[in-house]
Amino acid sequence: MNIVVCIKQVPDTTEIKLDPVTGTMIREGVPSIMNPDDKSGLEMALELKDKYEANVTVITMGLPQADAILREAMAMGADRAILLTDRKLAGADTLATSNALAGALRTLDFDLLITGRQAIDGDTAQVGPQVAEHLGLPQVSYVENLEFDGAKFTLKKWLEDGYQIVEVESPCVITVLSSANEPRYMKVRGIMEAFKREVEVWGCDRIDVDESKLGLKGSPTRVFKSFTKGVKGSGELFEVSETEAVEIIVNKLKEKHII
Amino acid sequence: MDFRLTKEETLFLQMIREFAQKEVKPLAAEIDEQERFPEETVRKMGEIGLMGIPVPVEYGGAGGTNQIYTMAVEEISKVCATTGVVLSAHTSLCIAPIMEHGTDEQKQKYLPKLASGQWLGAFGLTEPNAGTDAAGQQTTAVLDGDNYILNGTKIFITNAQYADVYIVMAMTDKSMGTRGISAFIVEKGMPGFTIGKKEKKMGIRGSATCELIFENCIVPKENLLGKEGKGFAIAMKTLDGGRIGIASQALGIAQGAIDETVKYTKERKQFGRSIAQFQNTQFQMADLKTKVEAARLLVRRAAAKKDSGEPYSVDAAMAKLFCAETAMEVTTKAVQFHGGYGYTREYPIERMMRDAKITEIYEGTSEVQRMVIAGAMFK
Repeated sequence: MNIVVCIKQVPDTTEIKLDPVTGTMIREGVPSIMNPDDKSGLEMALELKDKYEANVTVITMGLPQADAILREAMAMGADRAILLTDRKLAGADTLATSNALAGALRTLDFDLLITGRQAIDGDTAQVGPQVAEHLGLPQVSYVENLEFDGAKFTLKKWLEDGYQIVEVESPCVITVLSSANEPRYMKVRGIMEAFKREVEVWGCDRIDVDESKLGLKGSPTRVFKSFTKGVKGSGELFEVSETEAVEIIVNKLKEKHII
Repeated sequence: MDFRLTKEETLFLQMIREFAQKEVKPLAAEIDEQERFPEETVRKMGEIGLMGIPVPVEYGGAGGTNQIYTMAVEEISKVCATTGVVLSAHTSLCIAPIMEHGTDEQKQKYLPKLASGQWLGAFGLTEPNAGTDAAGQQTTAVLDGDNYILNGTKIFITNAQYADVYIVMAMTDKSMGTRGISAFIVEKGMPGFTIGKKEKKMGIRGSATCELIFENCIVPKENLLGKEGKGFAIAMKTLDGGRIGIASQALGIAQGAIDETVKYTKERKQFGRSIAQFQNTQFQMADLKTKVEAARLLVRRAAAKKDSGEPYSVDAAMAKLFCAETAMEVTTKAVQFHGGYGYTREYPIERMMRDAKITEIYEGTSEVQRMVIAGAMFK
């Protein structure tokens, strides 16, 4: 089985601090990490590799420093790593990003394509499903568990109020939640070998896509305005019995003329 | 001179810090309190290759450097010195002498299982009457046909009853003094080999420290490590390497205490402000941090010399001496910064102070390190 996992390098948002004066994010000194949903997607691929001797390729579109997460993926057990990087890809929104990735994926042979559900820096959850549409492949998003019987995948798909169990044949695209698993640690030997192995660096000339669909010119998204959400009050805290709590809530709602 | 970390070291630190936070730190207080050996952590360390960092890939190891190994011991000891010494004794005192003095058959037989963590290693030199004066060995080994027969008792042995393989020193020729000592690879379960009483210790309480008892213990002669009479030289060389491991452990304890104290003094408010804002706190902490950084550079240099094959005995002694005394000073002051809370087991800082003390004692006391350093100066 050939599996491709799309991964992204993101700022570690748990380490981000806001500038107290401007209210904007301080990016300086914030470590870059492999996006958590993507890491769980990679773990899912590596578990399939452990059981079925799958070949796992990781691909990322990003700046040259995204090399770091590809080395990490190799140290975890990925067999092949591709860095898609080109000035022509700069300024890409989700559509242009998915077009570029689809262009690269058309040149690869795979049975299963895994992406994370969403990246913690953008939270759009669009790229995985868009790639599936570009490639004309069936997709299952929000996957929390995967089973393989040798022919088809049985997936547990997370919904707001429950789960769906979905069967799908390969080739297909799934987007994975970080709650699906606990990603493995890099192995020490993997770390020692990661920098002796090759990360393939691909430019736009290497992928199968119309260049007008890439980068800024392939991006229809226009940001109207960006702002920092105002700080909410800390609220009132009551430590009371359930009956008293109901009374307090009802009174508060009445006060505000909601009921 | 390059003080930057290599790419491998940077990636390794990312992994080991996450591992220490998620797998080692949550157990530290419990294994100390219960004097419980962290078997589950050792298994996890084996799975990712931490139990065989400097072992070559052809013997099932990670093919890493001593530098990376010291970083592993430091990062783990930052959160749990017990787990740090389990790793250090296994790697420096059991794997290293087999790597450095073993025959190819011995390496093939022992290294893959030790490096994967399937087997745990230990080292037996100290005896009731032979501590710093290691030449006073009373354990004997007599060749009888295809076997050596060992008799005697070793004490204060780290990893004791949890180990599978032991490097044991014994006299094969009493008339030769230190040149009559030989090293043996003893396996758990060899006839006549039992584990004696377990010590109750002040610190590193989760690590198992026991006696090894040999009563007509039969050890096949192919388990002689190196040549007959080379045991003392093997033991001294092994301890040189071990000192880098213990220096790293002490360094980790000191850094761990600094981290805890920075966090605590920023949170703790007295007289209307955090105690971190007092100049007394800041000046003392600046001095401690500077010492810890100096200690780290000594460890790095000793490990770099070992990696490049240069003599490192004096460097290891200086690293161990300075790291151990820094760990003791830092943890003692760190408890003071924590005040009454620091004296309770609610905070990890009193454990760090108890754990630090042993680093001034085992694998050569601070006095022995001074003897090694001065010996090279005045020879």
